[in-house]
Amino acid sequence: MRNNNRSYEPNNGDWAVEANGLVKIFGDNKAVDGVDLKVKTGSIYGVLGPNGAGKTTTIRMLATLLRPDAGSARIFGHDVVKESQIVRQLIGVTGQYASVDEGLSATENLIIFSRLLGLDRSEAKKKAADLLEEFGLTEAAKRPLKNFSGGMRRRLDLAASLIAQPPLIFLDEPTTGLDPRTRTQMWETIRRLVKTGSTVLLTTQYLDEADQLADRIAVIDLGHVVAEGTVDELKASVGTSSLHLRVQDAKDIALTRSLIEKVLQVQTSVSSEASRITAPMRDADLVTDLLIALRAEGIHLAEMSVQKPTLDEVFLTITGEGAREEAQQQVEGLEQSNKKAVGVRG
Amino acid sequence: MKTSAAAQPLKNRTSFMQTVRNSFTMAYRGLLKIKRTPEQLFDVTLQPIIFTLMFTYIFGGAISGDVQSYLPVIIPGILVQTVITTSVVTGTQLREDMDKGVFDRFKSLPIARIAPLAGALLADTIRYTIATALTFTMGYIMGYRPDGGFEYVVLASLAVIGCSWALSWIFAFFGVIARTASSVQGISMLVLFPLTFLSNAFVPVETMPDWLQWFAKVNPVSHLITAVRDMTNSGTVGWDLGITLIGAAVIVAVFAPLTVRAYMRRT
Repeated sequence: MRNNNRSYEPNNGDWAVEANGLVKIFGDNKAVDGVDLKVKTGSIYGVLGPNGAGKTTTIRMLATLLRPDAGSARIFGHDVVKESQIVRQLIGVTGQYASVDEGLSATENLIIFSRLLGLDRSEAKKKAADLLEEFGLTEAAKRPLKNFSGGMRRRLDLAASLIAQPPLIFLDEPTTGLDPRTRTQMWETIRRLVKTGSTVLLTTQYLDEADQLADRIAVIDLGHVVAEGTVDELKASVGTSSLHLRVQDAKDIALTRSLIEKVLQVQTSVSSEASRITAPMRDADLVTDLLIALRAEGIHLAEMSVQKPTLDEVFLTITGEGAREEAQQQVEGLEQSNKKAVGVRG
Repeated sequence: MKTSAAAQPLKNRTSFMQTVRNSFTMAYRGLLKIKRTPEQLFDVTLQPIIFTLMFTYIFGGAISGDVQSYLPVIIPGILVQTVITTSVVTGTQLREDMDKGVFDRFKSLPIARIAPLAGALLADTIRYTIATALTFTMGYIMGYRPDGGFEYVVLASLAVIGCSWALSWIFAFFGVIARTASSVQGISMLVLFPLTFLSNAFVPVETMPDWLQWFAKVNPVSHLITAVRDMTNSGTVGWDLGITLIGAAVIVAVFAPLTVRAYMRRT
């Protein structure tokens, strides 16, 4: 296990990240439009949002890769613009697209980054070997990266971010495009990181991921933070799980709905396209009662499922109020594509 | 440098020593890349061989009466032309390289901002060295025996390599500001052709029309070629070398900061 021996003095209490009103404009597009973030030292903070919401741009500004057009941000109390070189000594960045050298082998990559970070030749070699071992890449160490799978590349990328044992690590969509198994491995790695004292700020499109990892979450959309809180707070704002039902015979829909409303004591709704009945569900145990009631009425089900709130629901619920309407006038077109993107990710 | 990253205090500035160290590490990366893709070296190996053969036998009789007496004129000329042409590749490769994700990491590391550029340019001196050695070897095979002796040939080689490195900052600048690698190639060639051909590389300047003579005489490439001829053919170091080195220094002084600034702005 690594210990965090980098000397830094958080001279502003215990905030790893403090961003105030960050703005970044590309041409006519306000990619980030006044983002405020506060990340506690030693925590995992998730930034959740769809494609194009401004997650990556925000991270790039915090990581000194982009200069903010307005607003300010401090990393452990150091300004990202004025003290950028200090900030760079405190952070590790793992980008959405693996930022490693394709033409070189894994070992060569890590040795070069280690040397750049001030390790001498033998230290760099040892560091590279240690990290490859830790990330299960020892066997592939000598192969050129061209032959690496997406998961291996990401792991190498993360390994490269950890060379200097930075107290703050930015992970931009660390698991997008990974298969479920590698994804779980990645999650474990991230958890281990935090146990050793690092602070992690990660972006993700998946509520599931934020749920698994993050202590606090900011939901970001159209360059704004539209909600912020702990995972539980956010979920509570959406409701708990929901029940989805489809009956074999469409004539039974009305009866089924009234049964559900009677047994579960909640409002139901019917989606028009597939005549699917949806109801919020607080107590999973009541499903048994409902199924017995349905059987007693002779109603046959075509499909039944219980789903946790998805990003779609959290997102649509949160953005459905206030923030969205205000933004709607500004970016009508972008908004449409966002909604579509959300809809696709079931 | 024995200090590990952990022991360093936080500073907002990179020291000169660190800049040098970072640049050499980046140069090491460039060398590794050449080692991994040796086919990159095609141009620097083939061009000296083909150009030296071609130009010597095409122009030799017409300009100096016979090939043997043309060699002392053409070898320095072709040397400078070939090596400078090679430096264009620096710009195109830098452009291609910068489009890759790894440059994001370089930017996020606490290293000297100039290092990724300086390192790439430094690694390219290996290309100039290969081109230089091959040109002299071709000349030797064809019967060129520099009167200045081996030491002056080495000195001349160093001057050419150094000047090409300086010049490559111009192409690096194009590489950083251009959108695609092929446009870098295009702009660079536009600069390069007048510079190398409107010089004393292949023909005596006196045979040109007056207005062209004027340009050929002020052309820094002419000065470099004259300097190389002085060194290799008579073993003397003249004012031409001085003026060339000053010119090279000015180019670096102007284009290195420009390039770094453009590189920093482009994200």
